[in-house]
Amino acid sequence: MNLKEWIFTTDHKRVGILYLIGSIAAFGVAGIMALLMRAELSAIGPTVTADPTTYNVWLYAHGAIMILGFQIPALTGFFANYCIPLMIGAKDVAFPRVNALSVWLFYVGVILALLTFFIPDPPDVLWTGYPPYSTITAGNTALYTFTVLILGFASIIGGVNFLTTVAFMRAPGLTWGKLNIFVWCILGAFVMQLIFVPVLGSAVTLISFDKYLGTHFFDPAMGGDVLTYQNLFWFYSHPAVYVIFLPFIGVVFEIIATFARNPVFNYKAAVYGGIGGIVLISGEVWIHHLYVSGMPDWLRIGQMVSTLLISVPVGLLVISLVGTLYKGAISFETPMLYALGVVFLFLIGGLTGIPLAITALTVNLSETYYVVGHFHYVMAVAGTFAIFGGVYYWFPKMSGRMYNELWGKIGFWVTFVGVNIVFWTMMDIGARIGLPRRYYDYAQFPEAASAQHLMTIGAAILGVGFVIALLNWIIGAAKGPKAGDNPWGSPSLEWSTVSPPPHGNWPSPPSVSEEWSPYAHGRR
Amino acid sequence: MPEFKKTVGALLALAAAGPALAEKTIPTAARIVDPAAGWDHLWRDVLIDITVIGIIFAMITAYLIWKYRRRPGNEQGSAPRLSAAAAIGWVVIPSFVFMADDFYLAANGWQLWNTFREVPADRLEVQLESGMYSWDYTYPNGVQTQNELKVPAGKPVLLRMTSRDTLHNHYIPDFRVKEDSMPGRITYLWFYPQKPGTHVVTCTEYCGVMHSYMAGQVVVLPPAEYQAWYEAEGAKVKKAAAPAETVGKTPA
Ligand code: HEM
Ligand SMILES: [Cu+2]
Ligand SMILES: [Cu+2]
Repeated sequence: MNLKEWIFTTDHKRVGILYLIGSIAAFGVAGIMALLMRAELSAIGPTVTADPTTYNVWLYAHGAIMILGFQIPALTGFFANYCIPLMIGAKDVAFPRVNALSVWLFYVGVILALLTFFIPDPPDVLWTGYPPYSTITAGNTALYTFTVLILGFASIIGGVNFLTTVAFMRAPGLTWGKLNIFVWCILGAFVMQLIFVPVLGSAVTLISFDKYLGTHFFDPAMGGDVLTYQNLFWFYSHPAVYVIFLPFIGVVFEIIATFARNPVFNYKAAVYGGIGGIVLISGEVWIHHLYVSGMPDWLRIGQMVSTLLISVPVGLLVISLVGTLYKGAISFETPMLYALGVVFLFLIGGLTGIPLAITALTVNLSETYYVVGHFHYVMAVAGTFAIFGGVYYWFPKMSGRMYNELWGKIGFWVTFVGVNIVFWTMMDIGARIGLPRRYYDYAQFPEAASAQHLMTIGAAILGVGFVIALLNWIIGAAKGPKAGDNPWGSPSLEWSTVSPPPHGNWPSPPSVSEEWSPYAHGRR
Repeated sequence: MPEFKKTVGALLALAAAGPALAEKTIPTAARIVDPAAGWDHLWRDVLIDITVIGIIFAMITAYLIWKYRRRPGNEQGSAPRLSAAAAIGWVVIPSFVFMADDFYLAANGWQLWNTFREVPADRLEVQLESGMYSWDYTYPNGVQTQNELKVPAGKPVLLRMTSRDTLHNHYIPDFRVKEDSMPGRITYLWFYPQKPGTHVVTCTEYCGVMHSYMAGQVVVLPPAEYQAWYEAEGAKVKKAAAPAETVGKTPA
């Protein structure tokens, strides 16, 4: 195993693992930013840094890197790369070299993002980059623009690749109706990426044009308009939460079906109603991020209804997920704990999103810690749990070895406790006293101090839990016991080859029978 | 280039359709509904709604997890194949249940939204210009204050807001209301102070380095006290504005 072979690899599994390593590294860095922010907020007044800009840079780095450098690449880079060819019985993706290019670009993007910590005047525009501030700040808005563009580009070429791969490279007999739910989720996610990323690209390009080239797209004094940016930005970034949501719920579907030894409940409802419905609605709800931004009243009310209606496809997915447990034979290894953890976190996150859909309630809740608590539950932490559960689940396939089950469970419970302390408390102080987000200090809210302190302790607990999981993987990959090819007893195709699979995946391409489905447990 | 500008301009106009500054007014005679009280009421209802759904869901899930755990005699899943009718039923019925709840919530939300947007005709109107990092209020008689909005108890207050630099958001947690202020646009919010007291105002749109320090307060005064203050300050403004008086002096 030499480094050059890895860097120049075109094997989808290695490309996937490179994505995993890069995105976990990004998670580590952004996680440290989170801990720094939590430490700063533990008491009123300066704690860790006396300079608010430093805090704002942490916040920028945390948000941008978590989303663009960790979750999207881990889900649509790592899991998609590693699993999709294996799940559809293909030797590799359709364009292996383009695939290698996409992971290189991803690394360039991550390096750009990390430059934040080395250049003078790093970006302090938060991950949303709203003008006019982003066009007048001393911070380096261009770095933000280029980071987004490069990572977006990496994702787009990944998207073209996977849509082609799934369309044309399925094993003989593997019809569309037999695809793993995860594969459908990735298809949905990439369709959205292809449609919406260019919009984000244009938005972030225009702020750099305004700042460096003297254009006036967002400058009202010269006939521009500040809200245009927000519309463009959220036209992408709302769908982006489904780009994260679909793959992570897809991972959870795979885990739950395997550990319940059941087929997915009402598969077609999940695919057409759930995934299809989300892709359809995703582009019609972005105004819910602009409920208090002076948008026309009719638009705010119209998108309240479309936003509430997201509950229908999401509800169908959750019913399929929970229904899969019915008459199952459920066992509770670490991946399953994470998957059930996601169900719990997503339930809380999803339900607490309902008040945020209601325009009149956001007049108080918007831009407070209630929102921060909500979206960490529904996306940030639920997604991270799914990623961790998924890594545990496919760990024996990737490494051929087994992680330590006891430490896996300990890591899960520690994280789970920490997460709930932090993010429940956030929602509570946000709704109860209206503590605003993006605050370096909060002297005008003295009553928040004890809750802030508690959250800092919770964040430390949660951090310990994640470190346990990471160590468990590293140690397991190096010297865990041999796992066998199919330790969980799943009929899905990725488990039908040896662990770890060789280049080309199978000695001869698999084909599947009429009765086979990835969830036909005990019927092989 | 002018072509291009025009296109962009048209796009912008589209985004701005239905200008937010033309606020609706409700007639004086109507009883004034306090939006903050309405907020608390709807919030409670919605909390009950989501808590009930959450508990039902969590209990069903917990039951399934317990009942169908793997144990001797239950080694393989045995989920029955769904009949076509059951499959459709499992889509249509839940969808209608969810939609019913959605529309119920939307209807309530719509009503409260109107309360937040329809300003009573009998009101105090104050202009707000926000800037990095202060709230600058201008009263109808020209009185100006910074970071302190004095208002009489018992009278709705309408703020017409704009910004001279970045985005800001005027949030008064006690009155459950916020709205962005931004350059090049005028937005508004209103609230209904009923008892004397002070309330925090704080910025809830990231506006720059000192964003978290951009705080002020709403001071609600008994009407008579407010009137006295308002007139005294108004007189000072008049005096300062009168040309003869200001010669040789720096205006206050
Ligand atoms: C793992 C532990 C985490 C902790 C303790 C944490 C903590 C925080 C805190 C305290 C804030 C708000 C700071 C402020 O508003 O001043 C924040 C914001 C944010 N977090 Fe996290 N976070 C964590 C994980 C994640 C993950 C996994 C994501 C992935 C998407 C994420 C995405 C975000 C985003 C997008 C923001 C908003 C940034 C902004 O306001 O511009 N966080 N986080
Ligand atoms: Cu959204
Ligand atoms: Cu601000």
